[in-house]
Amino acid sequence: MATTDIGVAEQASRRQTRRLKRQDRAFYWLAWGSAALVVALLLGILLSLLWESLPSISTFGLPFLWHERWSPAKHIFGAAAPIYGTLMTSLIAMVIAVPTSFGIAMFLTEICPKPLRRPIGTAIELLAGIPSIIYGLWGFFVLAPIMQHHVQPFLLNTFGDLPVIGFLFSGAPYGIGMLTAGLVLSIMILPFITSVTRDVFETVPVMLRESAYGMGMTTWEVVRRIIIPYTRLGLVGGVMLGLGRALGETMAVTFVIGNSHRIAASLLAPGTTISASIANEFAEADGKLYTSALVELGLILFVISFTVLALAKWLIGRTESY
Amino acid sequence: MTAHNPITRRRYRRNRIAMVFSIIATGMGLLILAAILGELLWQGVGGLNMKVFTEVTPPPGADGGLSNAIYGSIMLTLVGIAIAAPIGLLAGTYLSEYARGSKIGEAAKFINDVLLSAPSIIVGLFINAILVVPFGTFSAWSGAVALAVIALPVINRTTQDMLALVPNTLREAAAALGAPRWKVLVFIVWRAAKSGILTGMLLAVARISGETAPLLFTSFGNQFWSTNMSQPMANLPVVIYQFAMSPYSEWQRLAWVGALLITAAILFLNILARTLAARSR
Amino acid sequence: MDDQIMTQTADHIATDSVAALKARRSVEDHPVKLEVKNLNFFYANGHQALTDINLSLREKAVTAFIGPSGCGKSTLLRTLNRMYDLYPGQRAEGEVLLDGRNTLSPKEDLNVLRAKVGMVFQKPTPFPMSIHENIAFGIRLYEKLSKAEMTNRVEAALREAALWDEVKDKLHQSGLGLSGGQQQRLCIARAVAVKPEVLLMDEPASALDPISTAKIEDLITRLADDYCIAIVTHNMQQAARTSDYTAFMYLGEIVEFDRTEQIFTAPKNQKTNDYVTGRFG
Repeated sequence: MATTDIGVAEQASRRQTRRLKRQDRAFYWLAWGSAALVVALLLGILLSLLWESLPSISTFGLPFLWHERWSPAKHIFGAAAPIYGTLMTSLIAMVIAVPTSFGIAMFLTEICPKPLRRPIGTAIELLAGIPSIIYGLWGFFVLAPIMQHHVQPFLLNTFGDLPVIGFLFSGAPYGIGMLTAGLVLSIMILPFITSVTRDVFETVPVMLRESAYGMGMTTWEVVRRIIIPYTRLGLVGGVMLGLGRALGETMAVTFVIGNSHRIAASLLAPGTTISASIANEFAEADGKLYTSALVELGLILFVISFTVLALAKWLIGRTESY
Repeated sequence: MTAHNPITRRRYRRNRIAMVFSIIATGMGLLILAAILGELLWQGVGGLNMKVFTEVTPPPGADGGLSNAIYGSIMLTLVGIAIAAPIGLLAGTYLSEYARGSKIGEAAKFINDVLLSAPSIIVGLFINAILVVPFGTFSAWSGAVALAVIALPVINRTTQDMLALVPNTLREAAAALGAPRWKVLVFIVWRAAKSGILTGMLLAVARISGETAPLLFTSFGNQFWSTNMSQPMANLPVVIYQFAMSPYSEWQRLAWVGALLITAAILFLNILARTLAARSR
Repeated sequence: MDDQIMTQTADHIATDSVAALKARRSVEDHPVKLEVKNLNFFYANGHQALTDINLSLREKAVTAFIGPSGCGKSTLLRTLNRMYDLYPGQRAEGEVLLDGRNTLSPKEDLNVLRAKVGMVFQKPTPFPMSIHENIAFGIRLYEKLSKAEMTNRVEAALREAALWDEVKDKLHQSGLGLSGGQQQRLCIARAVAVKPEVLLMDEPASALDPISTAKIEDLITRLADDYCIAIVTHNMQQAARTSDYTAFMYLGEIVEFDRTEQIFTAPKNQKTNDYVTGRFG
């Protein structure tokens, strides 16, 4: 019956064909434009940060990076304190969160009874979605008083007089400060690193794991000798992604850092981070130079987190082809 | 190789230490996270009443609610996602379908991932520079655009991932009927990846509805009821931040209530997204 | 299936196919619909998949392509509707003449070509939409029909594919809910609904159970009254039962092309003889 009718192609007039072609091209350019917009957005952010920080760059030059003095009243700005604070709080967060996350991931993949695995895993993934301001709020109202009344006095009394590390634990117990900020950060990134680590652990082929157990290895030996070496690059990549989050985090830190532009040796002292400085001061900053100095801080943060991300992607990319 | 062998004993001891550490880590981690949620529930539910939904944010020391901030948060999130969703969908489609395997496509995917993990406060600075400074005022529009910039790379990325899961045979089958490429993509490929893409969008909504940093210098805040997108608009995250840091107990109570509302909304969205993803599988 | 064939003798196949062919009409006087001239095909990596292919497909006749895996039979089919154009880098040289017009010309409108040359794939590829929509999708691409006309066309297509009785009560349910064999007949209905002139079938029954396979073969024989059909198959009995002409391919070349009964009863080439008697492949 079909061939006796007029064929479809004959019915499809040239106009119709041309219209389809036009639609096809329009859709292509729409999609292309959207993808280009994403690229343009990143370039725009970079250029805008660069442009806005020009006054600060031309005034302070490279020494901006290592000068500590931050005096809006005298128009003198140096980024050393926020940079130090950003790196230090992230370091504290990683030191606490990474081993804990590995421990939890090991529990979830190797030890946990089967029926509990999914619920605990899901709970941790859901917690990774909770906004950072919640962690900040909790840090401010709950953790800071505990730190002030219990943890910090204990640290001061126990380690304060030790010869080598004593300086890290000196001063008065304010509650807020570097250590508290680092702790809050570590709690915030814990669910994230844990779920990445667990996912990476689960990429180990069952055969490999079973042959290791089959040789009589203990659980710890399987994790230490088989799973960690096998997933090493993915683990580092996951940790770096967590580090990227910690470095750029604003709200979890701003509540409990104390916003002080001074580098104190003590971990208990108040400090500031790049994002906390911007969050605290940008809206009220008066004067071109002040604003510009804050934007330059943002530029520095962007460069730091870009570097960490690029490294993480490179490492994860290498595991995927492994 | 009995349990009395000293080497075996040492190995077992190490194993036990590792096990105990692992269990303690899990216990501690879950305990702290439970403590946070518990505190949130305790303080938030304790402060919850009808006024929260019917009255605007109060002046210091007075009694009031969060209605303007709730409205603002919903508005900013919806407008933000409305801007980001079509662009992210199209961009993801381009990168996954048209630029498959090309060098430029790979570069654009990497750039999207950079944007995905860019610190959100920097997005705030950027939008402040291009939409607040030129117009001379904080505005809800700028806040919504800032949230869109956060959501865009999320949607772009999930779209790429979901389209990659659509089997090629489906594209061929549609093309074999004589369908032009855009119809293949829109009516067949998008449709086949629908629930995955929707899940991604829900997750993007969850992500931006709790974002604070990008709103600090864009939407800012507004202590009055405002529906004007060209004016500053109150929103929950910024209200939580301002009220929590204040010395007024009434404001602090509202900060906890706001935090509870946001967390509940986000958990709900996450669970919804998960059920959707699970059902499509 | 292949293992089964190995154990059978040439005589067995021959009697089988001759019996089937007795009922068939003579097709020698049917005009040529599609003519392939000096066709060479290359993959993106430069590998040559087809070498100097020459053959013609007649109207209202079934031509089967047989040969071991990787011999290029599917690739040949995919040059006939230029499906390979979806993948950058693949190219074809030579001529494929549809009613005397070269379809390999760069000016050829691929969408129109594919509407004229329909295709059914190895795995059923129902679109993620209702049964009705699966068929209406293709029709709507080139025709504007009223609702009633569309209903009629969908029914006609489903009847043509011998699926109507099984799905008439659930036209608005998802096509993904059908069994494998029904899905494949839905795909055939979808292909014939747009009234193509040529129908390409790439191992249409290889993913199906024996009963569904029998239904599909039956369908092919009946569709041969209306269409020019090219079918790729692994199953030699299927080729013998359904086709008027058979081409035996090996390493990207056509070794022998003749009337089906000739190929299966008295092949001229030793390789063909070895293959159809199950000595290799």
